[in-house]
Amino acid sequence: MTDLSTNSSFSDTRPQDAGFADYFALLKPRVMTLVVFTALVGLLAAPVPVHPFIGFCAILFIAVGGGASGALNMWWDADIDQVMKRTSKRPIPSGRVDSGEALAIGLVLSAFSCVFLALATNLLAGGLLAFTIFFYVVVYTMWLKRSTPQNIVIGGAAGAFPPMIGWAAATGQIGIESVLMFCLTFMWTPPHFWALALFMRSDYDDAGVPMLTVTHGRRSTRVHILVYTVLLAALAVGTGFTAIGGPVYLAVAVVLNALFLKGAWNIYHRDETASELDNFATERRFFKLSLLYLFAHFGAILLEAGLARFGMGGWT
Amino acid sequence: MSITKTHELHKRRFSRNVGVGLLLAAFIAIVFGMTVVKITSGDVGAALQGKSRVENGD
Repeated sequence: MTDLSTNSSFSDTRPQDAGFADYFALLKPRVMTLVVFTALVGLLAAPVPVHPFIGFCAILFIAVGGGASGALNMWWDADIDQVMKRTSKRPIPSGRVDSGEALAIGLVLSAFSCVFLALATNLLAGGLLAFTIFFYVVVYTMWLKRSTPQNIVIGGAAGAFPPMIGWAAATGQIGIESVLMFCLTFMWTPPHFWALALFMRSDYDDAGVPMLTVTHGRRSTRVHILVYTVLLAALAVGTGFTAIGGPVYLAVAVVLNALFLKGAWNIYHRDETASELDNFATERRFFKLSLLYLFAHFGAILLEAGLARFGMGGWT
Repeated sequence: MSITKTHELHKRRFSRNVGVGLLLAAFIAIVFGMTVVKITSGDVGAALQGKSRVENGD
């Protein structure tokens, strides 16, 4: 009787035999947390109550759709992921998962998530999820990412759709409130990624990705961060006076936008020598703050919606 | 001859098989749950008794 373990050809670990965790990593679980959270806020902030189980399914399918687009992104970008230090340990460049498998998983999960979201909630939500996956994979990954320094700006729309999908899942419509949540994430994305590009500079250079730092220079990137942060602050604070805002949201927005503006101002005023001397401490702090910034804003919207159920949220 | 030594390869395959099994079980649970909610508007008791939303007058 023979067994695979007795065969000498299997004595070495085969990198192509992936474990479950490797397939899960294809779905970009860290990005998924942002998708899940913002979609959940969109769903719960909507004025139409959703059955808890349907709400759970809607968020799950949105998360799966986000994961599927991550897998398709890794399939297409396997060549540049191999070059970049930050992404070289991903399942495909490290040889643990075959790129064909990633493509198959991405396509199957995309179809599954859109169809089931439409069945669980409504056609608009399913259609929006399908469009988001298309936008992220085709428009951003295949087209914009390697061709224009505006890749992050336009491609950021893909990451901004989840709250709109959550809202549509609950209401069956696209309201002005969901557009505001979309705009918040959309405007937040460029300064977030440009700060990352400033301190992960060799990565994008090596991969030939035309980030703003590569095409327009690092000085220009610092200016862009400041300009987008000013626009974002106006939008974020202004949202406080709308139907999804309220005193709690406004307080959070004022404090965080003041800190964010100060961070962007500091980045604008720094030169490369000073940045290199402290290993881009200011840029790294700004990047970390940007993560808190988005979660806190959406957390405040969620809190306002929760308080509204007890007659306390918003401006009424 | 019994197999006594578990290779790293087997561990990975086992984790993959367990993962797929759990996913299939979760898929069945989700489809069942969605069906119950859609048919009964969340009245699980009525669903288990075979009553539809139409019969409940919803």
